[in-house]
Amino acid sequence: MVTAAESTWEVAAATPDPELPTVTIGELGILRAVDETPDGVVVTITPTYSGCPAMREISADVERRLRAAGHLDVQVRTALAPAWSTDWITAEGHRKLAAAGIAPPAPARHRSGPVPLTLGSRPAVRCPRCGSVDTVLAAAFGSTACKALHRCRACAEPFEAVKPI
Amino acid sequence: MNDQENPYGWLADEHSDDHRWAYGTGFTDPLAGIDTTVPDGVDADALAAYCLAVGDDALIYSHRLQQWITRLPELEEETAIANIALDLLGQARMLLARAGTILGRSEDELAFFRDEADFRNVRLVEPLDGDFADLVGRLLVFSSWRLALFERLAGSPDPVLAAIGAKGVNELAYHRDYAAQWVVRLGDGTELSTQRMQAALLRLWPLVDELFRAHPGDLAPIQRGEVDVVLDTVFATAGLARPDAAPLAYVGGRAGRDGVHTEAFGYVLAELQNVARAHPDATW
Repeated sequence: MVTAAESTWEVAAATPDPELPTVTIGELGILRAVDETPDGVVVTITPTYSGCPAMREISADVERRLRAAGHLDVQVRTALAPAWSTDWITAEGHRKLAAAGIAPPAPARHRSGPVPLTLGSRPAVRCPRCGSVDTVLAAAFGSTACKALHRCRACAEPFEAVKPI
Repeated sequence: MNDQENPYGWLADEHSDDHRWAYGTGFTDPLAGIDTTVPDGVDADALAAYCLAVGDDALIYSHRLQQWITRLPELEEETAIANIALDLLGQARMLLARAGTILGRSEDELAFFRDEADFRNVRLVEPLDGDFADLVGRLLVFSSWRLALFERLAGSPDPVLAAIGAKGVNELAYHRDYAAQWVVRLGDGTELSTQRMQAALLRLWPLVDELFRAHPGDLAPIQRGEVDVVLDTVFATAGLARPDAAPLAYVGGRAGRDGVHTEAFGYVLAELQNVARAHPDATW
């Protein structure tokens, strides 16, 4: 239940991600800013990937939630820069992802100069079920743009992992 | 999960046209709320033409990748190619929308209602893949070249193009790694897979030269050596030879960036535009 005491940021941030509904757009770092202006509330969100199909959905849901909280003039804007990074996922976001059986991302590699080619195997991802690092990448792409599919050799279960970018 | 938490729950009781799930009528502007003013000192017409060209590359290649869906050898590859095609479609949408802000046209008009000669994509993205080796060979070359290009675009004087470039870098690096690992697996696989991977590269090679050929509208020319370093590493690991094949000829000095395309292009464009043209303004 939305209460008057909640700030506009809290209301917008509580919007669940349509593709990962266990976490919110606040926890994923998709929500960039909430500004209260004389013309109403201006919300800024950023896409995780260029082809993210959920932006419209997120935008409509944020607007609906803010209206329900009594803010009738709401604008949702997109920001492309700086590009979204999994480093923006909060500690609470990491905890919820792991609890849902999705391995949270390791810190993204920061670099200068050209992106190095990866021909060998990537660093092992810790299994969110049993905690083992004896895991292998099963597929580089998963059910959504932000995830890959892994398999744990210790507990023999497959699991998804958020790709660090 | 109660209705407050369920992101889909509210869709059931709200049906206005502007509140439909992404695949309904119309799309949100991918540049909604972004300042699309062209900065002083940037030639707007040249910027629009360039965004159109680089957007067309992604639009057409994304469609070629989508043609593989349901035809790939494994479910993992279905997911991979669908994701890669989606990333490229996202890049295409933003680039066409950027061009459209200057040209006064929507991304849909630009994608669906331009004729063949008005497209500015390189010819590399046009042919239909004949086999899986064709798919991963072209994906390796395309993503290696486009990655170098997008790293350059991240420093563009136009902040919108710069943001699109910076955003695409991670995506393209991931596509390149995927393609490179398959090229190595096939090249360093059985006698048959090696032979077919090498044959695929040989078929592709005449189209590679155009990516690096100087063009007056090119705002971010890439030196071939930058990309060859990457390709040679992959080929050496895979035990493949970089092909030596004559470039596909230009027609009166013109090629894809000038609107001169290969025969294959008409077919892929017809498939891409068919529904939109048969039922303009249709909703569903």
